[in-house]
Amino acid sequence: MKKELIGVYTIWLRDIKRYFRDRPRIIASFAQPILFLFVLGTGIASSFSTFGGGSGGDFLNFMFPGIVGMTVLFTSFFSAMSIVWDREFGFLKEVLVAPISRTSIVVGKLLGGSTIAMIQGAIILLFSPLLKIPITFVIFFKIIGIMFLVAMTIATLGIVLASVIKSMQAFQVITNFLLMPMFFLSGALFPLNNTVRWMNIVAKINPLSYGIDSMRFAMLNNPAFQLYPLWLDIVVLASVTVVMSILGSFLFSRQD
Amino acid sequence: MGIEKYMNDINANNIIEVKNLVKEFKGLRAVDDITFSVKENEIFGFLGPNGAGKTTTINIICTLLSKTSGEVTLGGYNVARERNKIRNCIGMVFQDPSLDDRLTALENLYFHGLLYNIPRSALKERSEEVLKMVNLSSRKNNLVMTYSGGMKRRLEIARGLLHYPKILFLDEPTLGLDPQTRNKIWDYIIKLKKSKNITIFLTSHYMEETEICDRIAIIDEGKIIALDSPDNLKNTIGGDIITILSEENVKLKKYIKEITGSDVHDAKEGEIRFEIKDSSSFIPKFIKNSPVKILSISARKPTLNDVFLDLTGREIREENASARDNLRMRMMRRMRH
Ligand SMILES: Nc1ncnc2c1ncn2[C@@H]1O[C@H](COP(=O)(O)OP(=O)(O)O)[C@@H](O)[C@H]1O
Ligand SMILES: [Mg+2]
Repeated sequence: MKKELIGVYTIWLRDIKRYFRDRPRIIASFAQPILFLFVLGTGIASSFSTFGGGSGGDFLNFMFPGIVGMTVLFTSFFSAMSIVWDREFGFLKEVLVAPISRTSIVVGKLLGGSTIAMIQGAIILLFSPLLKIPITFVIFFKIIGIMFLVAMTIATLGIVLASVIKSMQAFQVITNFLLMPMFFLSGALFPLNNTVRWMNIVAKINPLSYGIDSMRFAMLNNPAFQLYPLWLDIVVLASVTVVMSILGSFLFSRQD
Repeated sequence: MGIEKYMNDINANNIIEVKNLVKEFKGLRAVDDITFSVKENEIFGFLGPNGAGKTTTINIICTLLSKTSGEVTLGGYNVARERNKIRNCIGMVFQDPSLDDRLTALENLYFHGLLYNIPRSALKERSEEVLKMVNLSSRKNNLVMTYSGGMKRRLEIARGLLHYPKILFLDEPTLGLDPQTRNKIWDYIIKLKKSKNITIFLTSHYMEETEICDRIAIIDEGKIIALDSPDNLKNTIGGDIITILSEENVKLKKYIKEITGSDVHDAKEGEIRFEIKDSSSFIPKFIKNSPVKILSISARKPTLNDVFLDLTGREIREENASARDNLRMRMMRRMRH
């Protein structure tokens, strides 16, 4: 048992070490959220007056938790999917032939991805004063907790996919046809309660919607922006995580 | 009861036992009913061309791949049921690189040590020890990215030894390396064998490289076609190999067959070759009495390549094989960047 815990720790530590060593990645990870928030967000907000929808001042506030959610989504997904890289470049074999269980490898990978996603998300929180969103100590820890849960959910999804696909090409396909739609249909960029019916339905089965919803609750606590009660968000996220991590462990442990 | 005990005793020093092992990939029989055993503390070699099934067999023994049928035990443990026990006592150098090249050599060893539960107090000392053995101590804090192919290979050997395994697997340890570096790697392996009580299981498709083995299994198309010491294998060839270039091959072939009784084959570039027991006394007599003008003649000791040729009728085309390896390595490198 102790051996397995050390195994989990080792897998986790490697991901963390590699993350902090990869400066370009850390810097690049700022670029996308800034672009979304201050270019797209500001642009859309100011167009509200053109279309006669009020000031749009609330829009940036609405979008901010979505951007934090986006950061968590991409970071934890790609971290978990790095198993595909490790397989391609051979390091995975070193881990697979070591005397630790497949489950420990999966758990280590999940925790590694989630930790990095939390760090990245927390960095984005630094922009909150610019939007005049007050983040107190208590709110900060609420957000951290929620970010961790969301990151775990997404990372389990990444593990499942990484265990099924074996090539880098398939990886591109998944990014374009799964990850981007998941992001757009999560309520991160626009509210989903007033859109067309099919979008509404897709959003309901998209686990990320619940993550974004809970993030918004923790940051803004504005009932107008809230789709579901918090307990529902947490139950959905936790259930998806449990189911997906069991499935992921199973798929990852298969031998050919 | 008595017999069983006896059987156990004669098998007592077999560290790996493989019985009727079969592995199929969607209809392709990559490993086709092979049976062999590896003795404790020997260097055992798998020799065979690309695609013969060497890596597949190793992957099954080291618990990474499931078998289709057959029995495999290592140190008495069953590969299908006691995986962690097996993983604890083997060290691996895989055919393809398996280092994390964004980490330093020391970090790669550190993570390996954690995975194998080496006490931290011992880990540092052991890392230094194995790095020294492969002459990488001075580069231990460099990222593996900056290493040459040969250095990476040496680091992998060091890492494979870090947890003091009973058996070290080396799957094509010199693949894709230049000849000089290849020699160096073999020097390390020989040095290792001399300094430690360890069983080494290696594979290669470079015939001459497996000469250092105590025993060799020659494997082709998933089957073991010969298994013995290098000397005994070479002794199966009836003496030295004579190669002749003459003005009239057909006539000469008939003559040789008459006086020696051995079969004469066509070889490369219009030469003919045959085998003879005592070449140094044969050649002078032969040149004097030959009915056909001899343009050139050479005699050499048989190599494992000749053994393979003798058994399969084919040569392992090393030029092609290494060209393919280089291409493969280049492709891997390109994908990394
Ligand atoms: N995962 C796999 N799926 C399908 N075929 C495979 C797989 N791995 C190996 N093979 C095939 O099995 C045969 C033996 O391969 P391998 O064991 O790698 O040979 P060697 O190591 O002797 O060069 C080859 O024909 C190879 O194409
Ligand atoms: Mg091979």
